[in-house]
Amino acid sequence: MATDTGLERPDRPAAAPAFQPLSTGRKLKDNLATVLVCLAFLVAVVPLVWVVVTVVGRGIGAIVSADWWGRSLSGVLPESFAGGVYHAIYGTLIQALIAGVIAVPIGILAAVYLVEYGRGRLAKTTSFMVDILAGVPSIVAALFIFAAFISILGAQQSAFMVSLALVLLMLPVVIRNTEEMLRLVPDELREASYALGIPKWKTILRIVLPTALSGTVTGIMLALARVMGETAPVLVLVGYSQSINFDPFSGNMASLPLLMFSELSNPEPAGQFRIWGAALTLILIIMILQLGASVVSRFSAISK
Amino acid sequence: MTERTTAQAPSPGPQDEDPAAGSATLDTVTDSDPAPGGRSQGSSSRGRGERVFRRLTSGSGLLVVVAVAAIGLFLLVQAVPSLMANNANFFTSPEFNTRDAANLSFGIRDLLVVTLLSSLFALAIAMPVSLGIALFLTQYAPKRVARPFAYVIDLLAAVPSIIYGLWGIAVLAPALLPIATWLQNNLGWFFLFAPGNLPVLTGTIFTGGVVLAVMILPITTAVTREVFSQTPRFHMEAAQALGATRWEVIRMAVLPYGRSGYIAGSMLGLGRALGETIAVLIVIRAATSPSHFSLFDGGYTFASLIASAASEFSQPLPTGAYIAAGLVLFVLTFVVNAIARVVAGGKVNG
Repeated sequence: MATDTGLERPDRPAAAPAFQPLSTGRKLKDNLATVLVCLAFLVAVVPLVWVVVTVVGRGIGAIVSADWWGRSLSGVLPESFAGGVYHAIYGTLIQALIAGVIAVPIGILAAVYLVEYGRGRLAKTTSFMVDILAGVPSIVAALFIFAAFISILGAQQSAFMVSLALVLLMLPVVIRNTEEMLRLVPDELREASYALGIPKWKTILRIVLPTALSGTVTGIMLALARVMGETAPVLVLVGYSQSINFDPFSGNMASLPLLMFSELSNPEPAGQFRIWGAALTLILIIMILQLGASVVSRFSAISK
Repeated sequence: MTERTTAQAPSPGPQDEDPAAGSATLDTVTDSDPAPGGRSQGSSSRGRGERVFRRLTSGSGLLVVVAVAAIGLFLLVQAVPSLMANNANFFTSPEFNTRDAANLSFGIRDLLVVTLLSSLFALAIAMPVSLGIALFLTQYAPKRVARPFAYVIDLLAAVPSIIYGLWGIAVLAPALLPIATWLQNNLGWFFLFAPGNLPVLTGTIFTGGVVLAVMILPITTAVTREVFSQTPRFHMEAAQALGATRWEVIRMAVLPYGRSGYIAGSMLGLGRALGETIAVLIVIRAATSPSHFSLFDGGYTFASLIASAASEFSQPLPTGAYIAAGLVLFVLTFVVNAIARVVAGGKVNG
């Protein structure tokens, strides 16, 4: 840098710095890594955009008609571009809803146990089993419900059986998320409550859970969104129906994934039309839940 | 320490000291509680609400343990009669024939080969990509955009698997055809790229593996990113002070710290790929002859075979054969997930 002695410029070091410029090899490696890493991200975005564009492009034609949202496929011929999927939308929603009603209280209580009470071996085992349950494939959960309730207890295939399988898939998501939220609640809040003489269980119900509420609700909505797209349980545990069935405890019931799977064997162009329409409908429902989840998380009393 | 506070707090409502209630089944939980100071006083002054609530929560925790145990147990109970009636060797027979309930002959060799081949191929694609994404999100992307970018990756997980399956066979498979053809023509001597048992090059394990790779990217990335973002600041600053370039900081500080998390995330991804059902069922075509370890084979994985036969679950013995396959899948995912948890060693919570 400085070629002269530096005596005229006392603010500069007298000698040139001992640093050596980066060797070409190191610079090259650094740049290569940057390029590869950015490329990896782009590679991941491509399929997402590709899938969404495909589904929207092929499905938009189906969902713009009013019939799509207000009719079922009852009495509609395989080759006819008519009818709608409200029976399947109902099935998807009610199955997820029943699963939620069962899984949410159990999940929240189990999370409270792990965070507030759990010590010792049972807590460790529980935490381990939550991880294992999170990894149980949906088809195995469905087979379990089939083996336990239908083969052994003699129950009939119904939407309720699907909900039971979905409970198994929802539980770990709800537990892990609630757990994370409960751990974020500051200990000062708990201690302040204890100092006022409030027993622990009331502190949890009145102070801890309300503080973690919005985060928990976010997690529940995401868990619901996840189980709505599950296809394996509906394949094993309920029959497909072209018409509406409001009773989740008996009879066949359609759902969007099951409708898509059934229409796969429909060789007519109308089959493809319905499949992609149902795919777009499913993505829209999941998107609404996802958006709802992120809106709710805005109201969070505690931030990450 | 919070325990003691509670214990000495005055309890609301009338005291109800019933020694019989205290010895109920779930109180094994309380026994293992390491808070000896407040414990003995606690149980005498804690109100009924506390006891009920504590029992409810630990009961819910126990339910999860029971559920996992029940999955294994019920599958085993249902599988055993069929395994006893099986005429073929369960582990080495490539056929899965359950048409005749009186003469079952089923084996999992082919299922295992297709399942492992597709999952490991998916993992081989997903591992480097998710490592790149995790590094990009934690080390390269500006803080402001890192979160929305991470959200975009998470959105990949929100797409239902049946939609990946439809996309995979209708859109991706034709697009991959030139690559598959090139691989087979030029690297066909290598067993993975040898001609398979399908007449076409779409809907192969190769296509299925690529779809699976996309599907496991979010979980693998999420875990890896989590661990990378926990890299101690001073490790990285120390490397920077030595004059390391950004890549050298990653190699010296980030990667050694995050290696276990990366492996754990990959194992979780592998677990997902092993159990993925509907996308695989739609994408990978059925084959008539057994697999010979080529990526261009077709066939069934455990999960897709069970799903494909789901409508025929009526007679107990043939159904039991599929339940036996489900049991193997359960054990496989159990082991993989347990390894992931052990490797992560508490660094990861996902």
